[in-house]
Amino acid sequence: MFKLKKQFLAGPYIVWIIGFILLPIVLILFYGLSDYHGNFTFDNLLSIFDPIHMKSLLFSLRLALICTVICLILAYPLAMILNSMHLKHQSFVVFVFVLPMWMNFMLRILAWKLLLSNNGVINNILASLGLPAIQLLNTPSAVVFGMVYDYLPFMILPIYNAMSRIGHDIIDAARDLGANQVQVFFKITMPLTISGVLSGIIMVFVPALTSFVISNLLGGGKVLLIGNVIEQEFMQTMDWNLGSGLSIVLMIFVIASMAFMNTHNKDGEGTAVW
Amino acid sequence: MKKHILCIAALLLGCLTFTGCSDSSVEEENTLTILNYGKYFDPDALQIFEEETGITIKYEEYESPEEMYTKYKAGSIDYDLLCTSDYMIHKLIEEGEVLEMNYDNIPEYKNIDPDIIDSSASFDAEHKYTLPYFYGTVGILYDTNVVPESEVQTWDVLWDEKYTGNIVMPNSVRDCLLVPLKRLNYSINETNEKHLRKALDLLFEQKPLVYAYFVDETADEMIAGNAALAVVYSGEAAYAQDEGENLGYTVPEEGSNLWIDSWFIPKTCKNQEKAELFLNFLCREDIAAMNFDYVYYATPHTAVYNSLDEESKNNTTIFPTQETIDNCEVYVSLDREETALYNKLWKELKSY
Repeated sequence: MFKLKKQFLAGPYIVWIIGFILLPIVLILFYGLSDYHGNFTFDNLLSIFDPIHMKSLLFSLRLALICTVICLILAYPLAMILNSMHLKHQSFVVFVFVLPMWMNFMLRILAWKLLLSNNGVINNILASLGLPAIQLLNTPSAVVFGMVYDYLPFMILPIYNAMSRIGHDIIDAARDLGANQVQVFFKITMPLTISGVLSGIIMVFVPALTSFVISNLLGGGKVLLIGNVIEQEFMQTMDWNLGSGLSIVLMIFVIASMAFMNTHNKDGEGTAVW
Repeated sequence: MKKHILCIAALLLGCLTFTGCSDSSVEEENTLTILNYGKYFDPDALQIFEEETGITIKYEEYESPEEMYTKYKAGSIDYDLLCTSDYMIHKLIEEGEVLEMNYDNIPEYKNIDPDIIDSSASFDAEHKYTLPYFYGTVGILYDTNVVPESEVQTWDVLWDEKYTGNIVMPNSVRDCLLVPLKRLNYSINETNEKHLRKALDLLFEQKPLVYAYFVDETADEMIAGNAALAVVYSGEAAYAQDEGENLGYTVPEEGSNLWIDSWFIPKTCKNQEKAELFLNFLCREDIAAMNFDYVYYATPHTAVYNSLDEESKNNTTIFPTQETIDNCEVYVSLDREETALYNKLWKELKSY
């Protein structure tokens, strides 16, 4: 009886899963594997090999990779600094990092748009210093910048989490046994934070790969990521079959990268970060 | 146990769908469901209609004709009246989704400019289905401090390297392609792939000069001074001129697009007479004047036009000259294959 009650409580969540996760996936599979007349076909999936789609997929992979690397380079030392701080200060700094996430991310990106535009704040500052204006907005760099800005907390937090879990006694023991700072880092800190790094990579790489809003807003319609192609198929072209087909391909990429990370993340620590 | 949960889930889902159904079936007879572009009808005028006739209006808005098409085709709401753009109406007429209008029930139809009705022939050949609401052109909005007026008389200015990083092009395939097509002296409804490829080559050549491809943002970007030249709808241009300074608008001499937004009665209409009553209402001079003040696009309503002061009448941003109108073409809808070709070219441009 107790068991039934417990499962009954899960009812709303199951309705949610069916209605908003399973059903959409079934619909995407249905559209993606059929043509305009409803006949079964693989054409929509294979259209990823169309030179234009291939180009934007590779471009998306490249930008997502650059974004992930930048996030990692920024986040790791930051997490180390954070970890070495006094506990009282630590929670304050974490709070500062999480604070922008309380604001809608679209608004934050729109704010960057105002800052970066031709007649925007940054170019006005340059002009007042007598420097020539530069076109910052509507370039792939602006898109990468926006992604890094948006997804950086997702990299910092899991790494910081994994780091704060390393007991000081372990490090003390290592130092006691004669290891220097560098050895401690490579022998202890890095191996013990690898799970945090991996989940950080997933949490940055996957949204960066599938993003289309940031490239719309900061790319000015000049940067075509695979997400933009899919959006266009749904919103402008009305070719839901092709859009779904490409979505399936993208999902395969996402699942593959997650599976790859999972097999390298044996202890599973840090995946359930926060 | 799992089965129980599934049953409960199914029941819950079922409840949701049932409530969804009953909502529409209980719906009162005395309503009109209208779908229109955003900010395209004075809300006060809607209220006047409700007070005068006792008919309740359910008013819905959309952003783009494509969005409207999806909404309409989804079929979850039976619309009684729709207002959209020329080529989309053409498409819906060809799909048999549009009912013939009984103009006898719309005596105020006499107010509509016959020239604009004539121009509607490209999508409503026999004038049976539509009632023009607003019209306008596509042209160049430019910063008069940066670009001299003499240069914007032709589309060539959009390929001038002087303006690198200062050009805004439309972010929709047909509006973007119309520029090189007109520059090459082709029709804006071109379907010959060789001609379209030539136009696309020009867009490739232009892409390094382009600041961005925008639709809704264009006017605001121009007001903020982020670009010097932009291809826009005349309505957007009028709005930008109102808000910003030193902005000019011209329709280049090679010609451009004349767009006509019109009302029509879709097949899903449940009470055609009430819909026609509403159409007659919006053709009334006082109501058309209210809507003109609210929307501020060119109105085909002759009485409203005649009552305007000279300054407004001569505002060529809003009211194109007869010469410009003669020089412009109205879009016709493309069939599936042609649309696919356009979209392919568009993606090639965007990923170039």
